[in-house]
Amino acid sequence: MASTDRLAQGSTVLGARNVVRHFGGLYAVNDVSFDVREGEILGLIGPNGAGKTTMFDLLAGSVAPSSGEILLNGVTVSGEPAHRRIGRGLGRTFQIPRPLANLSLVENVMLAEQGQAGERLLTNFLQPFRVAAQERAAEQKAMDLLDLVSLSRLAHEPARVLSGGQRKLLELARVMMADPAIILLDEPAAGVNATLLEVIIDRIREINQRGVTFLLIEHNIDMVSRLCHRVLVMAAGQLICEGTAAEVARDPRVIEAYLGGAAQPGEAA
Amino acid sequence: MDLIGYGAFFLTTALIFAIISLGLNLQWGLTGLFNVGVAGFVAIGAYTSALMTTPDDPTRLGGFGLPILIGWAGAMAVSGIAAAITGFATLRLRSDYLAITTFGVSVVVQLVALNAQKLTGGAFGVGFIPRPFAGLAETPLLFNLSNLAIVAVVTLLAYLALEHLSRSPWGRVLKALREDERAAISLGKSARFYRVQAFAVGGALMGLAGAVQAHFTGFIAPDNYAPMLTFQVWVMLIVGGSGSNLGAVVGSVLVWAIWAGSGALTATLFPPEQQARAASLQIVAIGVMLCVILLFRPNGLFGNLTYRRRFGLKARKPS
Repeated sequence: MASTDRLAQGSTVLGARNVVRHFGGLYAVNDVSFDVREGEILGLIGPNGAGKTTMFDLLAGSVAPSSGEILLNGVTVSGEPAHRRIGRGLGRTFQIPRPLANLSLVENVMLAEQGQAGERLLTNFLQPFRVAAQERAAEQKAMDLLDLVSLSRLAHEPARVLSGGQRKLLELARVMMADPAIILLDEPAAGVNATLLEVIIDRIREINQRGVTFLLIEHNIDMVSRLCHRVLVMAAGQLICEGTAAEVARDPRVIEAYLGGAAQPGEAA
Repeated sequence: MDLIGYGAFFLTTALIFAIISLGLNLQWGLTGLFNVGVAGFVAIGAYTSALMTTPDDPTRLGGFGLPILIGWAGAMAVSGIAAAITGFATLRLRSDYLAITTFGVSVVVQLVALNAQKLTGGAFGVGFIPRPFAGLAETPLLFNLSNLAIVAVVTLLAYLALEHLSRSPWGRVLKALREDERAAISLGKSARFYRVQAFAVGGALMGLAGAVQAHFTGFIAPDNYAPMLTFQVWVMLIVGGSGSNLGAVVGSVLVWAIWAGSGALTATLFPPEQQARAASLQIVAIGVMLCVILLFRPNGLFGNLTYRRRFGLKARKPS
């Protein structure tokens, strides 16, 4: 377990302030506030239907909050479209990975490079050499990232050939291409075999040591307790508890949320 | 000599189709925009250039007697803007609804061409459109060959520009939107901005093709821009292989060969009173060809995309 003292000092990278999101009468996220501190790996757990994925979508900008604010490096971003987030340093992966199936792995990763001159239509004709030079640099960076996630031998294959676990690794490399300050991971362990899971855990640690902050939703408690410095627990749209993995596992409110009050404190793992 | 002349005439028409197919390939093959209003954007280009370049006609707007190249540039601009507006208005629509809307746009354009007499000359169309190398019209062979040369150069330029673009970071973003819009957005790409661009550039090419064709035949009428034109172009792109610029060009020549060939065949095989009905056999021939191609090469001759997801039950959900 990593020490939390060092991280308690960290400034806030990403913050939620009294965030509410309701769909009709259903309050998927109800008045949630928390901070993600610079350099930490923060876990977000909770039973199915707790509102974790909606919280994620709110942070990533693909769902707008009904009320409340999302702060990214101190700037309110709740009103901005989703595609602006990554330029502000927030990257995300998806619960079910979304590789661009007919593009090669290296193209998948290169796509995520920010500020490419060649993404402007006319620049391709007006400054072809500048675009070509940027492309070479981006390809090298993309190959290094594919190397980091052990996929470089498949670099020129279309992404559709990848297995589920490899797709998660590809998404990790892809989001890293944008040099994010914080990465939101939506269930990185789901559907991944044990060997590949160790690779994923290793890589998340390694990337975190390079200074990238993580917020991850995960059901795999083993992974959460090994990776996360701090854990938030959501149930029925609200935050019910916060602490280290060991602390929240003992918390009676958490046990009740997961087991519906059937178990007595002390019985949970 | 007649054969060479006809060959040149045939290829000129086929390459004009190729320019339209290249525009459609940018929209559908690269970006995944289901445009079923191709004929409308071709018509806008044809009429724009015709109005700009014809001699003054008191019965309608213009003409302004401008040089042909200015007419072509105007055609690209107006078609491109019309396509951008269409793209902008349909930003929130997914493939099937987008198809219905674009089809509607093309029908509206055709109806305007038919009814707005002061603008388009109505059902009688626009004549006296200046033709490049009109001085050579006395010798049809030379005239056809020089027109073929012009069209070939335009096609080649469009092809090279699009090849350059589809390998560029810009093209990569379009492909990403085609594959998975939500993923592309999460990586910082504005789906709206690029969709409108793809619509505009593709529409500009369709408009250019319409203008080139108008100046080649010297006369245009609303009938030229019926939905059948859209159907033909789609078949050309599917046969050639969507996603491939080379496929768009080869598919256009091949399908036009079958179209023209089956037309010539029915003309010789059937008595005059049956001709009108026999003409339907052209569509049958194209349909059979489409089936054969899709059976043996599901991605078209040069296509390399797998499209299972797009047509399957797991269609994209709004993000």
